[in-house]
Amino acid sequence: MNLASHFSYWITLFLMVAGLFIVIARGNLIKKLVGLGIFQTSVYLLYIAPGKLIGGTAPILAEGFKVYSNPLPHVLILTAIVVGVATLALGLALVVRIREAYDTIEEDEILLQDHARETEAPFER
Amino acid sequence: MRHDLVLRVIAKLLIPFILLFAVYVQFHGDFGPGGGFQAGVIAAAAVIFYALIYGLDTARCVVPDRLVETMLAAGVLLYAGIGFAGLALGGNYLDYFVLAADPVAGQHRGIFWVEAGVAITVCGVMLKIFYMFTARGRDED
Amino acid sequence: MSLASHLPALQVVLPLVAAPLAVLVRHTGAAFLLVTLASWAAFAIAVLLWQQIGSHGTISYALGSWAPPLGIEYRVDRLSAFVLVLVAGIAAVVLPYSRRSIEAEIPREQHYLFYAMFALCLTGLLGIAITGDAFNIFVFLEIASLSTYVLIALGRDRRALMASYQYLIMGTIGATFIVIGVGLLYLKTGTLNLVDMSVRLQEMSNHRPVLAALGFLTVGISLKLALFPLHQWLPNAYAYAPSVVSAFLAATATKVSVYVLLRFYFSVFGESLVFHRLPLPEIMLALSLAAMFAASAIAIFQDDLKRLFAYSSVAQIGYITLGLSFDSVSGLTATVVHLFNHGITKAALFLLIGCAVTVVGGSSLSRLAGLGKVMPLTAFGIVLGGLSLIGVPGTAGFVSKWYLVLAALEKGHWWLALAIVASSLLAVAYVWRFVEIAYFRAPPAGLPVRREAPLSLLVPAWLLIAATIYFGLDTSVTVGSAAGAAAELLGMAK
Repeated sequence: MNLASHFSYWITLFLMVAGLFIVIARGNLIKKLVGLGIFQTSVYLLYIAPGKLIGGTAPILAEGFKVYSNPLPHVLILTAIVVGVATLALGLALVVRIREAYDTIEEDEILLQDHARETEAPFER
Repeated sequence: MRHDLVLRVIAKLLIPFILLFAVYVQFHGDFGPGGGFQAGVIAAAAVIFYALIYGLDTARCVVPDRLVETMLAAGVLLYAGIGFAGLALGGNYLDYFVLAADPVAGQHRGIFWVEAGVAITVCGVMLKIFYMFTARGRDED
Repeated sequence: MSLASHLPALQVVLPLVAAPLAVLVRHTGAAFLLVTLASWAAFAIAVLLWQQIGSHGTISYALGSWAPPLGIEYRVDRLSAFVLVLVAGIAAVVLPYSRRSIEAEIPREQHYLFYAMFALCLTGLLGIAITGDAFNIFVFLEIASLSTYVLIALGRDRRALMASYQYLIMGTIGATFIVIGVGLLYLKTGTLNLVDMSVRLQEMSNHRPVLAALGFLTVGISLKLALFPLHQWLPNAYAYAPSVVSAFLAATATKVSVYVLLRFYFSVFGESLVFHRLPLPEIMLALSLAAMFAASAIAIFQDDLKRLFAYSSVAQIGYITLGLSFDSVSGLTATVVHLFNHGITKAALFLLIGCAVTVVGGSSLSRLAGLGKVMPLTAFGIVLGGLSLIGVPGTAGFVSKWYLVLAALEKGHWWLALAIVASSLLAVAYVWRFVEIAYFRAPPAGLPVRREAPLSLLVPAWLLIAATIYFGLDTSVTVGSAAGAAAELLGMAK
C-alpha cells in the first residue's frame, strides 16, 4: 500500500510540522530552539531515506557486494548537521546572554520589559 | 568538587583509550567509516570527560584556552593551505591529483591532510563551545 | 596555468583565509589590516572577473579539478559578476570605516573576533554569488547567516541580543526551507549542479515535487530577502546592530538573497515554469506593492533613524521584487540596477548615521535634532542619500525607478507606474522627517556647536554618497551590466 511504503516521508512530514509548530507556538526561547532542531532533523531524514537502497551496503569497495547505497546524501547531511550544531550552539549562547541581560527566557516577558523601557524613556538607546 | 575515587580511576583508565580510538577513526577514515569530523569530536569528548571529572580549571591547564583558539584557526588554515598547494603545483584549487606523482597517491595525500585539518578545527570548536558554556557566569563572579 | 585562471577560487578563499589568520594574530591592528587587505583583494578580483566576463563570457571553474556536474563548480556569469562587485566593493569601503566605528561600540578585546566574523560573512556572501552548486549555496548562506547573527549580537543595546535571536530563528527556518527545496530537486533530478539541474528539469516541469520545491525555495529565499510580510526580523536587526554591520548587511545580505531567487527562478526552473504554470507573478506583484506602501508608511512613524531606514529597506526590496514580477528584460534590468543602487545608497546612509552616533550618542530622532548645524557634512550626506531613496533625478535611485516605470508601462500597467510614483511620495515623507528635525530644530543643550565625525568615518561614507550621485548621472556601467545580466538570465530560460 502506498501509505506504508512511503512511511519515511510521513515521519519526515510529521517531524517537519511538529518542529515548526513548536517554534511558532512556544514562547520559551530554549523550547523554540528545540523545535528548530526537530525541524532541521526532518530535513536530514528527507535527504537520507531515499539514498538508502534495500540490500545496499556502505559504498566501500569490497568482495561480494554489488549494491551500494548513495553516499552523497550522507555527505550533504553531515554538512547540514554541522550547520545545525553551529546554529544550536549560537542560539543557546544568545539565550544565555539574553538571560543575563533580562533575567528571563520567556519571549513575552522580554518584550514586556523592552516595551516598559521604551515608554519610560522613549528616546534612550 | 567532590573527590570521587571510582570516577577518577575509571576516567584515568578510559581517557587514553578514547584518544586512541579518535586516532584510529582519523587514520582509518581512508578505508572505512570515519574521518576528521568524527575523530575531532571523539578527541574533544575525551577532554570534556576529563573536565567533568577533574574540574574545568584542571582541564584548562591541560588544554589551555589559547591552544583551543589556535587549533580552531589552524585547522581551517591547514585545509586552505592544501588548496593552495594544489594551486602551486599547477592544478586547480583543492586539486589533490597533482600532490603526488601518481594521481591516486595524490588523492590519498590530499585527503589525509584535509582530514587532519578538519579534525583539529572540529576538536577546537567543540572544546571552545564547552569552555564557553561552562565558564559562563563563573569567570565574572 | 596563470593565476588569472584561478580568480574564481581566490575570490572566496582570500577572505576565508583572512578569518582564521585574524583569530591567530589576536591583535586588533593586525586583524584589521589582514581583513581589510583581503577585502580589497576580493574587490580587485571581482572587478577583474567582471572584465573577463565582459570579454570572454561565462567562466566555469572546477574545484579540485573534478569536472562538473560531478564536482563543485564555481560559475561566474554576468549577474554573479555584478553581485560580486557590489558585495566586495561595499566590504572594501566599509572595512576602513569599521576601525574607528567599532571602538565605541564593541569591547576592545573582541575586536579581532569582529574582523574574523566580518571576513567569514564576506566569504559567505561572495560564495553564494559565485557557486554553481545548489547545496553549496546553502552552505555559504549559512556561513554568511551565522556570522551575521554574531555581528548583530555585538550591538551595544541588550535588544540587539533579542534581534539576533529572532533573526536566527527566522533565518534558520528560511535556510531549512531552502534545503528542503534543494533536496526535492535533488531527489527528482539526481544532480546538484545548477546548469545540469535546469537541463534535467525541462522534461519534468509538471511533476508535483518540482512545483513543491519551487514553493519551498520561494518561501525560504523570501524569508532571507525580507520580502513583505516575512520581514519582521529585519528592522530590529538593522536598528540594534553596530553601525558598520547595519551598513554592510543592508547593502549586501538581502541583495545576495535576491540574487539566489533570480538564479533559481531564471537559471534553474526557467521562466516558463515559474511564471506561466503558477500565479507567482501576481503574488510577487501584490507582495511587492504591499511592501512599497506598508513598509514606507510604517517608516514614517519611526522614532529612530536606523529603524526608519530599516523599514525603508523593506520598501525598497519591494521595488526590487516588483521588477522581477514583470518577467521581462526591462523589468529584470530594473531589478538588477536597483540591487546595486539601493545597496550603495543604504550603505552610505547607515555609515553616515554611524558618524552621527559617534558624536551625539544615539540614532533616535530627538537626539539628532539640529544635526544640520552640529554636523553639516553628515546631515547633508544623509539628505542626499534620502533623495536617492525617493528617486530624485541626478541620484542613483532615480535611474532604477525610471527603468521600473518603463518596464511597467511596457507591460501596459500604467496604474503601476502611478503606484511607483505614489510610493515615492511616502519616501518623501519619511526623509522629510529627518530634514525637519536636522535643519529646523535647535540642537539639544550640551552638544558642541560644531563637531564633525573623524575623517576616517566621513571619507568612506562620502565615497558611497559620491558613488550614488555618480551612478545617477553616468548610467552606462550599471545599466549596461544589468541589461546584459537580464538578457542572459532570460536567454538561458528559453
